[in-house]
Amino acid sequence: MVNIELKNISNYNCKNINLSIEDGEMMVLIGQTGAGKTTILNVISGLAPYEGSVYFNGTCMDNISPAKRDVGYLFQSFALFPNLTVRENISFGLEVKDFDKNQINKRVNELISLLGIEHITHRYPKGLSGGEKQRVAFARTLATNPKILLLDEPFSNLDPRTANILRNEMRNLQKELNITTIFVTHNQKEAFELADRVAVIKNGIIEQVSKPMDILFNPQTQSVHHLLGSPTILKCDKIKELDFGLAKVTCGSLSLIVINDGKPFDKVAILSHEIRLSKYPIDSVIPNKFKAKLIDITIVNKSIVQIVVEAEETKLTIELSKTNWNQLGIGISENIHIAIPFGSIITPTK
Amino acid sequence: MNSEQNSYAPKIRSIFSVLLFIAIWEFSVRFGWMPGNIFFPPFSEVLTEIWEMLFDDLLIDSYKSSLTRVMIGFLLGSTSGIVLGVLMGWNQKVYDWLKPIISILYPIPALGWLPLLMLLIGINEVLPVVIIFICSFFPIVYNTVKGIKEVKPEFINAARLLGASDFVILRKVVIPQALPYIFIGLKLESGAAWRTVVAAEMIAIPTGIGALMMRAENLMRIDIILVCLIVLSVMCLIFENFFSYLEYKMTGEWN
Repeated sequence: MVNIELKNISNYNCKNINLSIEDGEMMVLIGQTGAGKTTILNVISGLAPYEGSVYFNGTCMDNISPAKRDVGYLFQSFALFPNLTVRENISFGLEVKDFDKNQINKRVNELISLLGIEHITHRYPKGLSGGEKQRVAFARTLATNPKILLLDEPFSNLDPRTANILRNEMRNLQKELNITTIFVTHNQKEAFELADRVAVIKNGIIEQVSKPMDILFNPQTQSVHHLLGSPTILKCDKIKELDFGLAKVTCGSLSLIVINDGKPFDKVAILSHEIRLSKYPIDSVIPNKFKAKLIDITIVNKSIVQIVVEAEETKLTIELSKTNWNQLGIGISENIHIAIPFGSIITPTK
Repeated sequence: MNSEQNSYAPKIRSIFSVLLFIAIWEFSVRFGWMPGNIFFPPFSEVLTEIWEMLFDDLLIDSYKSSLTRVMIGFLLGSTSGIVLGVLMGWNQKVYDWLKPIISILYPIPALGWLPLLMLLIGINEVLPVVIIFICSFFPIVYNTVKGIKEVKPEFINAARLLGASDFVILRKVVIPQALPYIFIGLKLESGAAWRTVVAAEMIAIPTGIGALMMRAENLMRIDIILVCLIVLSVMCLIFENFFSYLEYKMTGEWN
């Protein structure tokens, strides 16, 4: 087990980063594209130049080459060697480290079975699905028993369903193997689901390091709140437990059905980019549908628009892409229909 | 049934186009439609000439001379081209040093070196080998550098983090992924080597297929010239297809 300490790390993309990661902890780095998340992984692995110091278990790693840092790195694109079969990809790290052939076979078979990829061992990466590639890449990363895992948006290229399944599997494996892990994402939901702690990064600077619910419910700066898409935080006046693990919460005049894990809570956060919008009444059977009125529009950047709507006398912030916004074609004071999915309502119980 | 027809259709069209070309050649000569040249033989006579020349030392010796020159020149040119290309593609300093020189020399056609080399080397067996070396070396360097540089840094970083040395990364990750580019160079330049050797033999070397064609031209033996051209065409095809086959064997499964 390894704890990591970054002291005064600066380079072309980071400014004075100080960060401690505990043994076996899952630290999620969250921030927009280009914020410096991947750079921090590259600094830890020794792939990027830096000023300052990196310590593993108190030992300075600055002069240690990437090959000797004992770090497993799962790249966003998986970086599976296209000229090697799945089996050869997984055994690559063991072979270059001159492990005995029997040991290699044993370890590779273990991982193949652990990740459920027995049916593709002789295939090349070209013909694999995104989910299969992800599993193979994860097996290759784990093969040499690294002390630290660095995961760079490993689910961003997968469809949501596969990503969800693999996310849970990966989290279970990480807990089971108890490996110190740093996970990079720009997906807030992913961050809140996986993290022991979250570090919010903006323009190469760490803005806040806290437990996921602290980041969401108690952001230290306005910039962190904005970075999370300005989620709407509502105080709950009344909570009524329902069947099927659900609860009905009343926040002022707004009633919401939420997933209830049995733990008490007194507020909810609604993730702004998860709310669905329509010009017309939403007919499906999903709960939490409301008629709302548009009261404010802010252009966040070239591709994102933030709007504020009022539903049941409650103001809700919604983030959406500029394309979707243009397609909606509505103006201030006009009516709009919204649906708030279960997954977008977070309760501070983690 | 329909898909089978579809899969055979292109092959049938290709064979038919060649047969049609031969038929037009044969009958246009036999019926006197070929404008103005009484020396031009029909295809059947060329075939007979090929058959006779197969037992004649003149064609075989000329062919052997050209083949030996192509084999030695191309082997040396392509091997050194690949080695230098890998070094330049892998090491930025080597690239920075050699790129300007390669860029200056690459556009010069191989035959452009002939007068200079005739003065420096003289007219002997080394001359065509050096010409073919030059012909294959520069394009293969260029393609190999491109192939090596096209390998995404992520693959190299992934291999490095898994503990691989530079040599292992080159051998197991980088060079295999650069093979499709290297084979493009080999396929194109193996044909070019034949075309260059024949041209060099026509101009400056007294032996080989090219020299045989020039002698046939003096004797107005169009049939021999056509035999030589067919041999040249077949050799270009064999060399190019050999490298296509080798490429398929080495990269076909994963590329």
